[in-house]
Amino acid sequence: MSEIKKFVYVNRKAPYGTVYALESLEVVLIGAAFDQDVRLIFMDDGVFQIKKDQNTEGSGLKNFSPTYNALGDYDVNKIYVEKESLEARGLTLDDLMDLTYEDEDDDWAEKSSISLVSADEIRDLMEDSDVVLSF
Amino acid sequence: MKFSIQVNEGPYQHQSADSAYNFVKAALEKGHEIFRVFFYHDGVNNGTRLASPPQDDRNVQQRWSDLAKEHELDLVICVAAAQRRGIVDDGEAERNGKDATNIMDGFRISGLGQLIEAGIQADRLVVFGD
Repeated sequence: MSEIKKFVYVNRKAPYGTVYALESLEVVLIGAAFDQDVRLIFMDDGVFQIKKDQNTEGSGLKNFSPTYNALGDYDVNKIYVEKESLEARGLTLDDLMDLTYEDEDDDWAEKSSISLVSADEIRDLMEDSDVVLSF
Repeated sequence: MKFSIQVNEGPYQHQSADSAYNFVKAALEKGHEIFRVFFYHDGVNNGTRLASPPQDDRNVQQRWSDLAKEHELDLVICVAAAQRRGIVDDGEAERNGKDATNIMDGFRISGLGQLIEAGIQADRLVVFGD
């Protein structure tokens, strides 16, 4: 399996109302072992998945948000957040977790994995991908 | 063309399970190849043999099984999603100490790597779900 394809995971749903977000993250982590070119998109209510300071105590659901911090260690460091979705929900980049990775081509400098992009750029990202998995 | 299919929704609850079946059937009739059908999220419930839908309605699970037999389809249920929802084969029953199995003939339980491989191997991965 030497061929490298561009995978994009499109996350569109809030983290706890349904199981899609959690099970999407599980695919991303397993998929990381396949050495493909991986990007993550967070749009619509999906932007809430990577919001800072999540607390699920009141609901009794498992708070799986710390797992997103591991993505950088799995070489999943191309994370795109749709600007329009953030704005529509009154959020800014400062409301999101600091998801980072260490850049091996730059003396392992710690860099942000998150890019803020427009809906048009999201469209281009999907167009440029071989495999689009939507959750 | 070689297709892989991902089914994210459960039978009867959501039309995605029907649409995926209809797509697979139509693709096969047109001479395309189905590399794999991967069932995820509540989609794993497409693979129980213990459902008893009303006789005047379609039988979603049986329909998959029959199609698999006819075309030697690879119907794969995600193990992590299946464990959460109680879809059990012999191996899972033994591993997790369950007193019964319920997997439908023609399905098998395996890991998420099978989904990634399906994406790599196929010309197109088509996702059915919300």
